[in-house]
Amino acid sequence: MGIALRHRIRHNAPADMNRTLSVFLWGAVALLGAAALGVIAVHRGEPINALWLVAAATCTYALGYRFYSRFVAVRILSLDALRATPAERLENGRDFLVTNKWVVFGHHFAAIAGPGPLVGPVLAAQFGYLPGTLWVLAGAVFAGCVQDFVILLFSVRRDGKSLTEMAKEEIGRVGGFVAYAAVIAIIIILLGVAALIVVNALKDSPWGTFTIAMTIPIALLMGLYLRRIRPGKVLEVSILGFLLVVLAIWGGQWCSLHPAMARIFTLRAPTLAILIIIYGFAASALPVWLLLAPRDYLSTFVKLGTIALLAVGIVALHPTLHMPALTRFIDGTGPVFAGKIFPFAFITIACGAVSGFHSLISSGTTPKLIAREPETRMVGYGAMMAESAVAIMAITAACVLQPGVYFAINSPAGVVGQTAAAATATISSWGFPVTAADMQALAHAVGEQTLFNRTGGAPAFAVGMAHIFSQSLGGETVMALWYHFAVMFEALFILTILDAGTRVARFMVQDALGHIYAPLGRTSWYPSILATSALIVGAWGYFLWQGVKDPLGGINSLWPLFGIANQLLATVALCVATTIIIKMHRARYAAVTLIPLIWLVAVTFTASWHKVFDPNPRVGFLSQAQALAAGPATSATARLIFNNRLDAAVTGILVVMVALVLIESIRQWMGVLSGSREAKVKEAPFVMTRLAEGEV
Amino acid sequence: MNRLIQAVRIVLAALREIFDEAAYTRFLRRRQMQSSRRAYAEFWREREAAQARRPRCC
Repeated sequence: MGIALRHRIRHNAPADMNRTLSVFLWGAVALLGAAALGVIAVHRGEPINALWLVAAATCTYALGYRFYSRFVAVRILSLDALRATPAERLENGRDFLVTNKWVVFGHHFAAIAGPGPLVGPVLAAQFGYLPGTLWVLAGAVFAGCVQDFVILLFSVRRDGKSLTEMAKEEIGRVGGFVAYAAVIAIIIILLGVAALIVVNALKDSPWGTFTIAMTIPIALLMGLYLRRIRPGKVLEVSILGFLLVVLAIWGGQWCSLHPAMARIFTLRAPTLAILIIIYGFAASALPVWLLLAPRDYLSTFVKLGTIALLAVGIVALHPTLHMPALTRFIDGTGPVFAGKIFPFAFITIACGAVSGFHSLISSGTTPKLIAREPETRMVGYGAMMAESAVAIMAITAACVLQPGVYFAINSPAGVVGQTAAAATATISSWGFPVTAADMQALAHAVGEQTLFNRTGGAPAFAVGMAHIFSQSLGGETVMALWYHFAVMFEALFILTILDAGTRVARFMVQDALGHIYAPLGRTSWYPSILATSALIVGAWGYFLWQGVKDPLGGINSLWPLFGIANQLLATVALCVATTIIIKMHRARYAAVTLIPLIWLVAVTFTASWHKVFDPNPRVGFLSQAQALAAGPATSATARLIFNNRLDAAVTGILVVMVALVLIESIRQWMGVLSGSREAKVKEAPFVMTRLAEGEV
Repeated sequence: MNRLIQAVRIVLAALREIFDEAAYTRFLRRRQMQSSRRAYAEFWREREAAQARRPRCC
């Protein structure tokens, strides 16, 4: 062996050792992940420990991030650390700002994490823990994370342009218009269904209603503290607000035990719905920032804290999952929502796997904060993985409950029966034993009068979370406090989404109306504010009211509608991404976005078909309308028939619009691939970065 | 130990960004103002429009 060769071998020895170690390490991660997935997929009959889910998720995310996101970053996107981002080129100290990648990660995660990854997986747990878990893991790694990552990068390369602007530029006017209409539709349906979840969690619950009511004076106090006593000290006042909320939860118990107070705060679903509609309108039309801004901070603080606490709780206490891997309801006869595992599991869980709404965040504030292109991988792909982990926690919280208890909480009276005896008999007949006495004891333990028919996912999640924490922190005696803490946490941040979402939709409508009549576009012109606020609140309020009055509990109709709308927006985002990838001459790698796109088209179009035309009245809107028309007429029959036809029309319109985007996109792809159309991307010109390595 | 301190610093920085404390500091620097009730009220007036248009996910 020559000296030079020996020298080279000696020189490369540490690198070779690192490589061997790396192969060994990643091989071990892959083996552990495969073993964990094998256990959760194959195990039948006996309950399994939640740590198997944690291990499968951790290994899948690690492998997905290390290998798949790297492949996307290197082979398709060619992330360029030397290319100046809009945060650097257009820095103005306000919207455009060079920011540390971890800070952007936290900011982005706080914006994408909402009630969706908590509620969807809880509802989908009616199929068992397996379908939801597999979809959350595969959907996130191959679709959701990819969508968030590529849209973020493409927005960064276009000066932080929004999805609707990119759709218009890259696909055409149809793309831009449909993306805009889909966003409005999703926001309206989302707000209607989110409000319904709050109503179902708070109805006939003086404790929960009192706690949420108390967040109003607490937020006002926080606002005064921020403006008068310690201007700008938001973290400080959020901690103070959090302590006051904990006090309010404790006070809620007193309220529920005090006959006069309990009477005041025991509200029926229609009353709560009206109060929430009034709140939504006031929050959108009135200058109530003293209330809204501090409550927004409080909600974010509680949200981040609770997610962290739940993660620690699940790992430390590693509870047992009592729900089977698969239930009989994969056949479509589920009581929580009707419909077969395909396609309904995949539209029920959106935010934990792939959510079109994320593409709005990825093309909103976040691209204006990114310091260097390679950071889009960690922020876009990484934050979605964190959101997916939240969905795994929600599955765990739902599946630690005894299945009979889970179904008793989540099934509407219209399916299982009006009385406790009827409901428990029906649920037990499905092979999930539960007694009225069990449910009464559980309701008593969490400080409620009843837990039957609490559809919407939030109460089941709250019971699951209380169950996990009561295993150690304070035991059964504080289970009621944990339950009401979880209800407060969900209701608080759903209400924050209600007011924020109403304002966002209002601004979007005002922007559009401004093209017809200029004063309507002025966001400070009161007639326009009142009219557009009434329009938006009226629209989601209608869906809320429809859900409250629905004998099947509302969630059965509205959650799939929301899931379809959200996934259709993801379809639009993936159309934009695929078009850009093909125009970048990376067509041979287009499968990275094309396969998730094909999957989502299959899922959403099939689900839409079933929701509109399925002959089963529990699934199809039109057949339900037909069944109602054929049945005995009541005072509500005409309205229920109209609601079903309206839902069918909304679903149909959304599908037709997205089909148009798809056709327009395919025309673009064919044109570019055949050479008849110029492959011209609308990126901002390359400018060399002036940021030194490690400067941010 | 240094890494731990650095991690804590980054978490705090992220929290300051999420809770708009960092934005307020930048506002004060940009306007060359001291923190006060008036400055904070002005900051919120400026922030309000941008904040209201920021979508929050489901």
